[in-house]
Amino acid sequence: MNILKENFRTTMLRFGLVGSIVALYLAAVGMIETFAPRMLIGTSITLGHVFLLLAAVGSGFFSARELKEHSLGITATAGFISGAVSSLFLVILTFVIQFFVIQADQGSIFKLREMFVNFSPTLLEFLTFGKGLILGNILLIGLFGIMGVLGASFSFLPKRIRKGWINGLAWVFGIGLFSENVGQIFREFNGTSLNKLLFTGKSLNPIAALLIFAIVFAAGYYGVKTATNNKWKTFSPDQQKQGRLIFTVLGILFLVALPWMVGLFLSQALFIIGMYVMMGLGLNIVVGYAGLLDLGYVAFFAFGAYTMGILTSTGELGRVGFSFWAALPFAVLAGVLWGLLLGFPVLRMRGDYLAIVTLGFGEIIRIMALSNWLAPLGGGAQGILHIPQPELFGLVLDSPQLMYYLVVLGALLAAFVTIRLRDSRLGRQWMAMREDEDVAEAMGINLVQTKLLAFSMGAAFSSLAGAIFAARIGNIFPHSFNILISMNAISLIIVGGLGSIPGVIVGAIILIGLPEMLREFAEYRLLMYGFLLIIMMIAKPEGFWPEKRRRQELKDERDRQLASQTAELEN
Amino acid sequence: MGAILSTHKVTKRFGGLVAVNSFEIDVQEQSISSVIGPNGAGKTTFFNCITGFYTPTEGEIIFDGHYIQGLSTDRVTQKGISRTYQNIRLFSKMTAIENILVGQHPHLKTLWFEALYKSRRFLKEEAEALEESIRLLNFVGLSGMGDHVAHNLPYGAQRRLEIARALASKPKLLLLDEPTAGMNPNESVELMHFIRRLRDELGITILLIEHDMKVVMGISEEIWVMDFGGKIAEGTPLQIQRNPRVIEAYLGRGAASGLNLTEEGEEA
Amino acid sequence: MLQQFLDRFSLTDFLLKIFQIVAIIILVVGVFKSLGADKYTSGQWVTLIFAGLAQGSIYALIALGYTLVYGILLMINFAHGDIYMAGAFTTVFLANSFAASGFLASSPFLAVLILILFAAGVSMVLNVIVERVAYRPLRGAPRLVPLITAIGASFAIEYSFRGFYGAEFHSYPLIPALNGLNYNIAGFSVPSVQIVVLVAALILMVALYYFIEKTKIGKAMRAVSEDKEVARLMGIDVDKTIMITFAVGGALAGAAGVFNGLFRPQGVFFFMGFIPGIKAFTAAVLGGIGNIPGAMFGGLFLGILEAVGPNLILEGLGIPAVNQLRDAFAFSLLVIILIFRPQGIFGEKLSEKKA
Repeated sequence: MNILKENFRTTMLRFGLVGSIVALYLAAVGMIETFAPRMLIGTSITLGHVFLLLAAVGSGFFSARELKEHSLGITATAGFISGAVSSLFLVILTFVIQFFVIQADQGSIFKLREMFVNFSPTLLEFLTFGKGLILGNILLIGLFGIMGVLGASFSFLPKRIRKGWINGLAWVFGIGLFSENVGQIFREFNGTSLNKLLFTGKSLNPIAALLIFAIVFAAGYYGVKTATNNKWKTFSPDQQKQGRLIFTVLGILFLVALPWMVGLFLSQALFIIGMYVMMGLGLNIVVGYAGLLDLGYVAFFAFGAYTMGILTSTGELGRVGFSFWAALPFAVLAGVLWGLLLGFPVLRMRGDYLAIVTLGFGEIIRIMALSNWLAPLGGGAQGILHIPQPELFGLVLDSPQLMYYLVVLGALLAAFVTIRLRDSRLGRQWMAMREDEDVAEAMGINLVQTKLLAFSMGAAFSSLAGAIFAARIGNIFPHSFNILISMNAISLIIVGGLGSIPGVIVGAIILIGLPEMLREFAEYRLLMYGFLLIIMMIAKPEGFWPEKRRRQELKDERDRQLASQTAELEN
Repeated sequence: MGAILSTHKVTKRFGGLVAVNSFEIDVQEQSISSVIGPNGAGKTTFFNCITGFYTPTEGEIIFDGHYIQGLSTDRVTQKGISRTYQNIRLFSKMTAIENILVGQHPHLKTLWFEALYKSRRFLKEEAEALEESIRLLNFVGLSGMGDHVAHNLPYGAQRRLEIARALASKPKLLLLDEPTAGMNPNESVELMHFIRRLRDELGITILLIEHDMKVVMGISEEIWVMDFGGKIAEGTPLQIQRNPRVIEAYLGRGAASGLNLTEEGEEA
Repeated sequence: MLQQFLDRFSLTDFLLKIFQIVAIIILVVGVFKSLGADKYTSGQWVTLIFAGLAQGSIYALIALGYTLVYGILLMINFAHGDIYMAGAFTTVFLANSFAASGFLASSPFLAVLILILFAAGVSMVLNVIVERVAYRPLRGAPRLVPLITAIGASFAIEYSFRGFYGAEFHSYPLIPALNGLNYNIAGFSVPSVQIVVLVAALILMVALYYFIEKTKIGKAMRAVSEDKEVARLMGIDVDKTIMITFAVGGALAGAAGVFNGLFRPQGVFFFMGFIPGIKAFTAAVLGGIGNIPGAMFGGLFLGILEAVGPNLILEGLGIPAVNQLRDAFAFSLLVIILIFRPQGIFGEKLSEKKA
């Protein structure tokens, strides 16, 4: 029997133990307990269960993949065993909670619960399904084993079935998770009838879940595919041109209609995504094109917002009382000027030194805004209140839907400027500088001037975003301008694919939009964000939508390898 | 024809180390000349002093009537000197055409914001620049390779592209730092003819650093020999080959083989 | 003549000179006015300096981790501040149970030693895990990619520990043997906790220096930081050496976490690593990143300057509530020092070396 072979045992044990550590981690960090009440499907499957069983599915999948065994029975058994092993630490945990938390000696010096706040009786209850220690643990181990088989099934099922199977599960999970957002979109369309059919509360109806699964499974099985790139290439250039025009018009219509299709809450998310797209495009010029690592991008965002606040506020700090439109150029100009002022001294520094200096600069701005010293100007910790909303031909842009248009216009402007400059002499200067500063200088390029142009261009879009942000939220406080904004901006351009304009949009949707929609995860949002960054970068180091040039490079690389392989074969 | 480049007592010290010691050359206009010397003699440092990458500790460099010592690299380039590197330094992730377009930088006049509204001047200049790039690409024998990413080109093509990029700035003086490094004898001979063509067809003055004696003796009109930063000999190839100090510096080996090779070189 | 002048004139250099002169004027005027006001006694200055030294030794220990990793991988381990937090935060529970059991009072030296070793162990293990999971799969990826996983690791660690131990502050117990005791140095009294922290940190730094210079592993580390490929050819296990580098850096950060807990009463919480992290990175850059003695001096230097600076320089300029601006002062200092010496105080000039 293969199953008893040494390497089989170590593989199953290894992945089982890793899974077990992951499961214990999820329990300790509190994700299992916190989401135990959040129903996904019916009243019996909750988000807590998903987190609980995640490790078992994972260890089953990875051991099945590692074993590469073709026999269905053996793979399933391996999945079961490694799944069951991954319950090990949780089983131990149930006893620990029972004896060291519930029946803890009151006088003991070390109180486990004081350290690990999540090792609570409720967690024990959830882990053992309320069936007591012995029976509960047997159930737990069994369920983990079954989930291990499920995980293994992702690897051993025939390709055609597997695709539908994974997609189906993913869709059901996705719709259950985003039930509020999906429900909101349905409500905008046809009232509540479709909603009632699908959901009870936030939870998906079991029958609806089965139905969704069946549809997606069938679609995957019978291979429904959208028009592929290959087909596109068979069209004549004229047809392609027409097609592109149609796509552009449809795209614009879609952008215009979007906020009204998704409702108020998601429009706010769209507004924030748009704002980050604008900032991301600006930062992309600095980091992606010119190769200057700027970790303090929030500083310019803050300048834009504070300038807007001081110039337009109707509160006690606003002494000028400009309208939004009159203040906007000043806000952008302020950002650019500070960009130049900061740029002059620091742009001669080497890459990583520039990174820490810009990071420090971002913090300096926040601390100054918070200080009593500058409080007469920016309000200190109290911030600037009563910033009026923009007004256009008598129409006050007071809803996220209307502000969304403003931000989309800003993002389109940023994209336009980026594209035009990228394809010009300045864009080539930036890229040459990014590749090799010394040689770029030897080509007659003035480095300081070129860097300053990139820096101030980035600052302009960041401060523009800041100004719009200030007008949208009405009151600004120093703590809104923390380092998280810089980190978001730099992360989204790299996750999207450095230097790529569609990449910025994809990055913003993944890193900004997703967390916005997952607001119910509250304190775990940033935790998941962190893991998301790590996983995405390991899976796709070149980003989700790499720059065309980079793709060409990867393609050339493949062609060359292929050519050398054929050459070898011929020899 | 006078000297287009003269260096006067150029010295470069790094701490206690004297890399270039009172080195003097006079490069005649439209000539092909070489600086040779054993490894570590200070040849590349000397090039770096000319191009402004280093500021000489002492001495003067006069190019085309201007004192250029201590100017920044970009300004030296704008005066009309361009160079290639010993270990090819292309913009490796940009395409061949883009590399040459960057090289044309000193001659492009449009301001950056004209690209935003595509002024007529901008469109005209970009079209001309592209045309010029394709012409240069053809000139160095890389027709049709314009859209390849530079680091995917074969080694010899990268060398040629680097020269094309250097030519794009329309230099009066071209500095080539070991252009035949890593080439086989056939390729070297081919390159030698190409260098001669550059001078004959474009009228560019060429100054080489080279190790391949066959190339050096074959095309140089004047040679300076450098050792430990100082000049130990200068003259025509024939004079250099007979100079006992040069033979000593190369331990006889290089010079002897140089002698043999020259005869072949002159035949070629 | 004019042409020659224009050829040589550089607006950047000119503006930098002006910037330098203005910075010096501000510093000098601030110092003179502050000292002229005679607001603080010399005893108060000495107190500030020693508090700065103790804080600076903590920065130095964290900075060493940045510098070691940077020297070997040329990457900014952005999560390093959180490694420091992990050691400090985990150990606070052990420290409190030591205090509750009376162990801390009966044998303070042994108890503190155990705490330091425990925190160092926690941080070490965590740093090695982070390296294995987030950085090792990305050897050879574009340089910015590990930076992003480092940012990701930073968030993941912070919010994991928030999940584990909650969002509240936890305070380290006071050590009865040191509490309220002051040392007398040249007529000025200095809290003994600060002396203990400073001495312990210095011992660790000296130990590290010997480890790097004298031991076989230390030599391997230096070889790998010079050239990974050559080191591999010489039979050095590069991955293992990198792992050890992370382990050493993590252990130092963990120890620093305990020192911080001992002398600062504010307590520990999940976000405590952020500011010390970027400060320590600042210290590493000030000393010339990649340079080990540089990181030590950079840390101590930054500690003293940010303790003394706001009162010495800013107060004289008539700025209210200078202590709010302490962090801003530290970062401004970084900018100013890098304008004068772009390669850091002890850094070598790279532009001259690489050609």
